[in-house]
Amino acid sequence: MDAANYLYLSVLLFTIGAVGVVVRRNAIVVFMCVELMLNAANLAFVTFSRINGDLNGQVVAFFTMVVAACEVVVGLAIIVTIYRSRRSASVDDASLLKR
Amino acid sequence: MTTSNSLVYLIALPLLGATILLLAGRRADKWGHILGTLMSGSSFAVGLYQLSQMLGRSNTARPVEQKLFEWISVGSFKVDAGLLLDQLSICFVLLITGVGTLIHIYSISYMSHDHDRRRFFAYLNLFIAAMLLLVLGNSYLNLYVGWEGVGLASYLLIGFWNQKPAYATASKKAFVMNRVGDMGLSFAIMIAFATVGTVSFAGIKEHAHHTSTAALTAMGIMLLVAATGKSAQFPLQAWLGDAMAGPTPVSALIHAATMVTAGVYLITRSNFIFDAAPTAQLLVVIVGAITLLFGALIGTAKDDIKKALAASTMSQIGYMILGAGLGPVGYAFAIMHLLTHGFFKAGMFLGAGSVMHGMNDEVNMRKYGALRKFMPITFVTFGLGYLAILGVPPFAGFYSKDMIIETAFNAGGIKGILLGSVTLLGAGITAFYMTRVMILTFTGKARWDEEAHPHESPLLMWLPMAILAIGSVSSGYLLSRGDALVNWLSPLFEHHGEHEELLAPIVVSALALGMVAIGVAIAFLKYSRQEVASVAPENVSVFTKIAREDLMQDRFNEAVFMRPGQQLTQVLVKTDEAVIDGAVRGVGKLAMGSSSLLRGVQSGFVRSYAALIFVGAALLIAAIWVVVQ
Repeated sequence: MDAANYLYLSVLLFTIGAVGVVVRRNAIVVFMCVELMLNAANLAFVTFSRINGDLNGQVVAFFTMVVAACEVVVGLAIIVTIYRSRRSASVDDASLLKR
Repeated sequence: MTTSNSLVYLIALPLLGATILLLAGRRADKWGHILGTLMSGSSFAVGLYQLSQMLGRSNTARPVEQKLFEWISVGSFKVDAGLLLDQLSICFVLLITGVGTLIHIYSISYMSHDHDRRRFFAYLNLFIAAMLLLVLGNSYLNLYVGWEGVGLASYLLIGFWNQKPAYATASKKAFVMNRVGDMGLSFAIMIAFATVGTVSFAGIKEHAHHTSTAALTAMGIMLLVAATGKSAQFPLQAWLGDAMAGPTPVSALIHAATMVTAGVYLITRSNFIFDAAPTAQLLVVIVGAITLLFGALIGTAKDDIKKALAASTMSQIGYMILGAGLGPVGYAFAIMHLLTHGFFKAGMFLGAGSVMHGMNDEVNMRKYGALRKFMPITFVTFGLGYLAILGVPPFAGFYSKDMIIETAFNAGGIKGILLGSVTLLGAGITAFYMTRVMILTFTGKARWDEEAHPHESPLLMWLPMAILAIGSVSSGYLLSRGDALVNWLSPLFEHHGEHEELLAPIVVSALALGMVAIGVAIAFLKYSRQEVASVAPENVSVFTKIAREDLMQDRFNEAVFMRPGQQLTQVLVKTDEAVIDGAVRGVGKLAMGSSSLLRGVQSGFVRSYAALIFVGAALLIAAIWVVVQ
């Protein structure tokens, strides 16, 4: 099977994630879209690793997973705190820094 | 060189007095004047002790030094705070503390009605301490500290009654004009440091022989500028007349006997510089000659007794500066005239104060007259001072002033004849205006205001006057007997051979006395034979008007320095506001304007930020793609 197909899938996943971040208001959904973009990147790394025949891409994919895990911990905590204080998980409502 | 540990007490005692009186505040009102007088008197006692010690040593071993502490130590430049008492400074120490103590005593009574008498004595003590530091410093830098100190004390005392705006302005004027001179002194110190590498008297004297004449001339001229400021010499003379706003004891002590003679001290002390810089020395002589005529001419037109005496002081210091500019032969005579002048002029100022005391502080001589009968002691002491300043033998001025006139004639060539004539003319004018003061004040008809009740001053006031009068009579004879002062000072100055005599001393004395007689005669004809108007006449010649205006000195300063200075300041202020402030504000406005434009991007919506990030990333990738292709 042609390795390029995995790259097309990666681009597709990234685009879905990016569009989701821009158009959706719910913080949880935005968050999931971000995860989707990270995983699209992971897929690209692993694919390139396969194409080039070395392990660098695989290693970076592990790092990305660690970063994503940390991000989930911090991000979810923030979203829950905002929801508790504002009774809303919409990212458009949390625009206080403007003023 | 001999060292001594007691020199510092000369300065420390009056300084302690000033500190206590200023810190103790109103609590010291009851005894402040006594403490001040005691401190000044004990400083005089230390001075006498030092004199007795000095007399016990041989002529060359007389100077005494005391190192106080290491003041500045930067690389090879070292200045110690040190005191030097030699044959020259002891003259000044005794004059300052002696006359100073007498004036303290006088002030106890003169200022007794002033509720700020304690503060007055604090400032007087501060002045004594600063003036002693001036004459005792062993380097120009130490002298400079004292120089500024007396300037401060003079400012505080001229403006002692600063509730009157005119008096406050007078003190400010004196301070500002003195600053011009002080700049000269600081420049002289800088030149000394740059060219010689040291600022001590001994160090510069040692290196003077192999220092370039140009540097020495520059130093000499700067020192002369300093002297003209402090000693009210042409062209920085205009402050002295206004300085008479201070209480009369201040005028007697600071603006007659001591501080204004600091310039003469500076030039005499710097003899090694001036001897090696003939151009600077010539300038000194010219300044002295101009001022002695300038002051004398102002003196002829003044109706204010203190201002007439101030003009006379200016003129007499002109004599001293001229004497000091005549080189090794003149230094000792300048100092001699300084000492005798200290006695008779301080005495006359105290006399003027005594008259004012009896006349409700009236200073206009046209409102005096016939005071001889009511103030006999003041009349006698003032009269003795009058005879001394005229140079009538055997009074003090005869010895000191005639020596300067004689030295001027012997300066050689045209210069000698010119200088001699100027000093003779000055003596004649001095006789005229001093006789005018005597006649207007003590003789003729009474022209008093109705509420005036003239009376003799109390003991505490006439006693110092009497002692100073004794000095006016005897000091000249005592100092010149067997060339006492000349021999005393001779180790300090370098001697060149005897000058040829243009005129014999007896001829000079005769000429001077002739001029004095003419001056007195004119004054008698003008003021004793005719009625004196109690209001100054207005229809007078243009010369009198100019003399009343102090020979236009204020107008000149205002037109040449003050107004252009103000205009320059205004231009600078406008430039500052328009150009410099404009540039600064412009930068600020630019930043504020551009940032308020950019602020629109910060909408606060996370999703628009994310969209921008994507757009930016896409642009970056596109750019990289273009570059790589």
